[in-house]
Amino acid sequence: MCLARSDGKRYTCPVVKNMENSPARLVQGNQAMAQGALYAGARFYAGYPITPSSEIAEECSVALPRVGGMFIQMEDEIASIAAVIGAALAGAKAFTATSGPGFSLMQENLGFAVMGEIPCVVIHVQRSGPSTGLATKPAQADFMQVRWGRHGDQTLIALCPSTVRECFELTVQAFNFSEKYRTPVVLVSDEVVAHMRENLHVPKEGELAIIDRKQPSVPPSEYKPFRADEDGVAPLAAYGNPYVFHISSSMHGPDGFSNNDPANAAWKIDQIHRKIDIHRDEIVMTRSFDADDAEVLVVAYGITTRASRVAAVQARRSGVKAGVLQLQTLWPFPDKEVHSAAGGARRVVVPEMNYSGQAAGEVRKVLGPNRDIRGVNSFNGQVIWPEDILKTIMA
Amino acid sequence: MTVFTSGLRYLKEGVTPHMWCPGCGNGIVLSTLLRAFEELGYRNEETVVVTGIGCWGKADDYVVTNGFHGTHGRALAFATGMKAFNPRLNVVVLMGDGDCITIGGNHFIHAARRNIDVTAIVVNNLNYGMTGGQVSGTTPFGMFTSTTTYTNPERDLDICAIAEVAGANYVARGTPWHGFELEANIKEALNKRGFSVVEVMSPCPTHYGKYNRMGTPVEMLKKIREMALPKEEYARLSPSQKEGYFPIGKLVDRDDPDFNTRYDEVRSRAMKG
Repeated sequence: MCLARSDGKRYTCPVVKNMENSPARLVQGNQAMAQGALYAGARFYAGYPITPSSEIAEECSVALPRVGGMFIQMEDEIASIAAVIGAALAGAKAFTATSGPGFSLMQENLGFAVMGEIPCVVIHVQRSGPSTGLATKPAQADFMQVRWGRHGDQTLIALCPSTVRECFELTVQAFNFSEKYRTPVVLVSDEVVAHMRENLHVPKEGELAIIDRKQPSVPPSEYKPFRADEDGVAPLAAYGNPYVFHISSSMHGPDGFSNNDPANAAWKIDQIHRKIDIHRDEIVMTRSFDADDAEVLVVAYGITTRASRVAAVQARRSGVKAGVLQLQTLWPFPDKEVHSAAGGARRVVVPEMNYSGQAAGEVRKVLGPNRDIRGVNSFNGQVIWPEDILKTIMA
Repeated sequence: MTVFTSGLRYLKEGVTPHMWCPGCGNGIVLSTLLRAFEELGYRNEETVVVTGIGCWGKADDYVVTNGFHGTHGRALAFATGMKAFNPRLNVVVLMGDGDCITIGGNHFIHAARRNIDVTAIVVNNLNYGMTGGQVSGTTPFGMFTSTTTYTNPERDLDICAIAEVAGANYVARGTPWHGFELEANIKEALNKRGFSVVEVMSPCPTHYGKYNRMGTPVEMLKKIREMALPKEEYARLSPSQKEGYFPIGKLVDRDDPDFNTRYDEVRSRAMKG
């Protein structure tokens, strides 16, 4: 494809050209997420550049206007998620992408998206912190921030890819969940997955299911934007269609208008949680690799999954039955799946690129204090290697 | 015979009396805005009233058009997403001086630079009324507030001047005293394609007036009337004479292409590929 330059000449973008001409494509993780978003029907992106997520913005700036969508670079990350929320209410499947500092800046309005039950997707490519940290190096230190970074009683869905293919497919899934449950979904990537290039078979139209948000079926005069159906989810109209509605960051009743009654507040907080709780089994996705007979189970997510799989194979060659449970869904935490996979294991190993063992803490919560649970932690901006994990499996 | 509109059909039933203090300008500005809606024939389903946080940020609770009550200072960023994705919407953003130029200053500058086709109605009461009268980015130097007990050491920002240099297509200033002029400016702003701003210098007798001993609400409103000069009259004053006065009326009126028009050009270039 060609892009116009300010001097009137044209240059070709080799990456995008590559994507158009071949059924199997060598694609970067970030690029696959942008393409997955388009496949899912996303037509609005607002963002602010930050390493290591910027390729998503660049890809969207090329691809979205070609399909009649819109890319807009906002003045900061606060404005980016705000514009995404505004566009989502005008009917768009909308998203943004960011990394560490930008994700911190988005927290307040991410909480608003929870409160306003506004479908949107935030891609968070984790990098090393705290603060500016090692800006170009990977980390997995925001496992807890993704879930708890906002004030107030709230919840959301978080998915985490470990391959370029998963970057594409889980992005589609993230939009589907956000539309189906009227909730923000955070896609938790990391610098390595984001910048890695792998073969990607781009699914044909119709190959993956695409879900659009439920529209109201009552007459406009009876529409209440927060009155949930039996599935716990309220239909969402769009500004500009015949349904006139009100969305508020303040505590509100089913009609969207301010309501400070204690019973109403309890109803609202329950509604935010319930719609995710009752669909938990559909939302929680894991993959297991030789986990059935594992005496040592490795619980991993993101890029660390791949080193874990290599380590498990090596351990089996050395006579220790090791297996891997990959968490594709980080939140709601796959507690049942971890409990079941770890059932017969004498040891559980949780490798992650953070100091404090954030996922390991959740695993410990599930399995109790008497189990042999060991972390393998990297917090110097370097990935965890298979041999690091193997040592702990074999120890 | 002139037929006056009431704007009542845009006022939500059962919500009056409103929550604003006696002597506040918000009620006058809201009724002026709703009359402008009526005269322009705004349809509820095509209109979104976007607010932030603060006294004026409660205005969406009284309106029957689409409503959006967001987080503090970000109203213009939300509005940008709505208008950018659906250019047919009438997006009207109600902000106080806190939302607009203090916590939200960055978004204000960039909304004007981007020339996004939304209208901002900014009620400037020179302090944070909702939270008890703290200092704001528009509180003049030397004035008292609940957080400048020994007077404000900082200077104030001129909202209209910033809108002008940042690229807004339409900028006007009014007061609740000058109701007809205000309504005319609001209608022009709503009709203008591109970013438009109407700043309303409004009394807050409960906090700002109390801390600065500005008398009764009526005296405070009269004081604002005295300070407001037609822009031609204001322009004739020397810098030292301008002290304590501000110009009202239409200050900027231009027709630069708005964001959506420019983005349509980008789309057609992209589609030619």
